[in-house]
Amino acid sequence: MITNTPIAALNAAGISYDTMQTYVMVMVALVIVMTIADMLHKKSAKFFFESADAAKKNAVKSISAGEKMGIAASTIATDVVTSGEFHNPVRRIVHLLTMYGFILFNASTAAMVFGANGADAMWTQVWHVGAIMLAIGSVWFWFVFKVDVAAEGNSPFSIDIRRDIFSLSLMATSITALIWSFNGNAMGWEFALVILSTASLFGGVYWSKFSHMFFKPFAAYDKRIRKADGSAENLPTITRDEPEQQQRHSMELLVDAPMDMGLGIKREAPKHY
Amino acid sequence: MPTFVYMTRCDGCGHCVDICPSDIMHIDKKYRRAMNIEPNMCWECYSCVKACPHQAIDVRGYADFAPLGHSVRVIRDEEKGTIAWKIKFRDGREKNFLSPITTQPWGTKIPDFRNEAQPTEEMRNSELLAFEPESIRLDDGGLHTLESNGLKLKEGVYY
Repeated sequence: MITNTPIAALNAAGISYDTMQTYVMVMVALVIVMTIADMLHKKSAKFFFESADAAKKNAVKSISAGEKMGIAASTIATDVVTSGEFHNPVRRIVHLLTMYGFILFNASTAAMVFGANGADAMWTQVWHVGAIMLAIGSVWFWFVFKVDVAAEGNSPFSIDIRRDIFSLSLMATSITALIWSFNGNAMGWEFALVILSTASLFGGVYWSKFSHMFFKPFAAYDKRIRKADGSAENLPTITRDEPEQQQRHSMELLVDAPMDMGLGIKREAPKHY
Repeated sequence: MPTFVYMTRCDGCGHCVDICPSDIMHIDKKYRRAMNIEPNMCWECYSCVKACPHQAIDVRGYADFAPLGHSVRVIRDEEKGTIAWKIKFRDGREKNFLSPITTQPWGTKIPDFRNEAQPTEEMRNSELLAFEPESIRLDDGGLHTLESNGLKLKEGVYY
């Protein structure tokens, strides 16, 4: 199964790579159009830039281009690549699995479809690994987080389309793709489910949370910029690192304390509810 | 005014739920984010505001120190052992405060119960420990520990 994708079998069954390429391009176009519609509807971009402009007025220092580059690099390294913004460790693992599974799955699909080679040895394995990661991540997200919700009396199977369309589509796409590959039935019901799932995933961007993958990196970058320029959304910026703060009368109790006093309440993941 | 949650910042980690002394911070059933389920019962103790790693929870400060239109924001920095406050008034003036989390000199009050002596008979019979030996079943079949009762001590925060 893992040495061959149904993409090659689909081609052998009479669906040309040109048709597949058209389908992929339609999906990409849907994502673009739906994301723009989403932005216009929610006015998210307008809000983002207005909010950033307002924050600039409260800035206490200007940031050089070099500093901005550094902030962009740390945003990519922490917030984008490793999902470092999550303070919920399980959610972070699940997000990483889902994110990288999604990237690998889509990248390998595009590589095989546009390379017109559905049996490429490397991409075939990447496709399966991506689908498995995506399936584990999305199922884990759905059920484990659902269990937490169920602990408060909600049914784990209650479905709300606007809330769940993204995670359900991810789950359906990866699982049906794996079943499609496992059964080896290129043009069967499995294929119909894959088409339905992917259409729901990429065609439902307007209603789903899909477009967060485009917005989140900018929001994370903006958050770091605000911290660096001192506007910090009115959050305190003084710390014990500054010598004048160490001399404060209120800080007498920490005169001999180390600068790293441990994780405090973060020693233990919250689980007592 | 009681606590409220900025939904877009919350990732449902549950720190506020764990720390709320009134047990009124819950994870919303539908959106999987924190919410104050009973604002009437909120003491405005700021525990959840300080515990939130995303600064997603806010409270409007009391009018006696922060009149309408102000902003009161706080960061509890576990690593540095400090709590920092910034109060910004509507005319733009700012006040910044920095205090230790601990109320004792650092490192002097970490409890080590193993080295504490057992209460004497006189102490046990005093009004200060009234009913205590009975309520913790001190004389009921040996030493009762958390382990023997299937419980686990939360590691806690010591400064």
